[in-house]
Amino acid sequence: MDALELTVWIWLGSFVAGLLGALTGLGGGVVIVPMLTLVFGVNVRYAIGASLVSVIATSSGAAAAYVKEGYANLRIGMVLEIATTFGALLGANLAGVLPADVVAVIFGVVLIASAPLSGRPPAPQAHGGKPDPWATWLRLDGSYPSPDGPIPYHVRAVPAGFSLMFVAGALSGLLGIGSGAVKVLAMDRAMRVPFKVSTTTSNFMIGVTAAASAGVYLNRGYIDPGLAMPVMLGVLPGAMLGALVLDRAKSALLRKVFVAVILLLAIEMIYNGATGRF
Amino acid sequence: MAQRGDSSADQGPRKDVPSDRQMETVLGNLLRTGVLLSATVVALGGIIYLARHAAEVPDYRAFRGEPADLRSLRGIAEDVLAVRGRGIIQMGFLLLIATPLLRVAFSLVAFAIQRDRTYVAATLIVLGVLLYSLFGQ
Repeated sequence: MDALELTVWIWLGSFVAGLLGALTGLGGGVVIVPMLTLVFGVNVRYAIGASLVSVIATSSGAAAAYVKEGYANLRIGMVLEIATTFGALLGANLAGVLPADVVAVIFGVVLIASAPLSGRPPAPQAHGGKPDPWATWLRLDGSYPSPDGPIPYHVRAVPAGFSLMFVAGALSGLLGIGSGAVKVLAMDRAMRVPFKVSTTTSNFMIGVTAAASAGVYLNRGYIDPGLAMPVMLGVLPGAMLGALVLDRAKSALLRKVFVAVILLLAIEMIYNGATGRF
Repeated sequence: MAQRGDSSADQGPRKDVPSDRQMETVLGNLLRTGVLLSATVVALGGIIYLARHAAEVPDYRAFRGEPADLRSLRGIAEDVLAVRGRGIIQMGFLLLIATPLLRVAFSLVAFAIQRDRTYVAATLIVLGVLLYSLFGQ
């Protein structure tokens, strides 16, 4: 395939990935790496480089809208970004050390673990109980807008959430993904941040986390302009269109289909990695 | 921006100190502008790249790493001045990486104006990691 043909196909694939990722809330980044490696035969390191670039683009693009809605908690975001950026540095450096086959297997395992995870209903809000001293000291408690006025919330288990965020950052740097599922898990399950606040804050943080590994990727030569260009220019409008036409009712079925696709891709990643095909 | 000098600095919101809400609006605009600017530069570079190399057959199967000029800020700047498509695309990616970095830098200023030492420190750490990743290799 010549460069023009390849660019057009990768652009189309990335557009669809971005669209489905936004419609299902799973993020387009998770299918970019399997698509590039399994369908187009791209080396894993180039694939995670291109994927990471698209992750920054969609995160910053979507965060622009979220931030204005007033759900994102910038203080929670900033504290946890300390964990995710250090994690991302570690992950990006690991990506340079680990063999491509190992990275592929880890990718598959993370896909399988996080696909159903992000679809679970939000944890019920805990009321009462002792406030976390860290949350009080860092003034993490906040409120989010609702039709009946602002609803206040308390943040719990800050050390546990912080540790999970380090893992999320490391996975992001190692695999070139946003790790949104792990980030939401940390905030939603561990820290008991309301679901809307955790999803929007997570999205807000993804760009900073990815930027921390992007520098390492760039210096190592993982970001190929000819390859990452159609990926970014495809995922971005796809994700924007998806957010625009989002219909929760219809997205339930779509989600199941998309999760099934992700699981198949994950199994293929693991199989190919385990048999040394990367 | 904010004029300091009275002793009520730490007692509740003040008119001349940006609230978290105002910060969020500015941040939202910053992020959107950064992404659009970056996408435009990437698209321009892509057109130049394809106009010259459309018929070539790129091989992404084996990892060789990018040539040195596409891996450093200096090299990318030289490529942009020489109107090389791939260098211009890379420049667009640099703008994209710079967007969250600017966002963090902006938060630093806002927290400093709010005289929030804890968050100034937290933001400095994050900014340090980002700068190290980009320049410290």
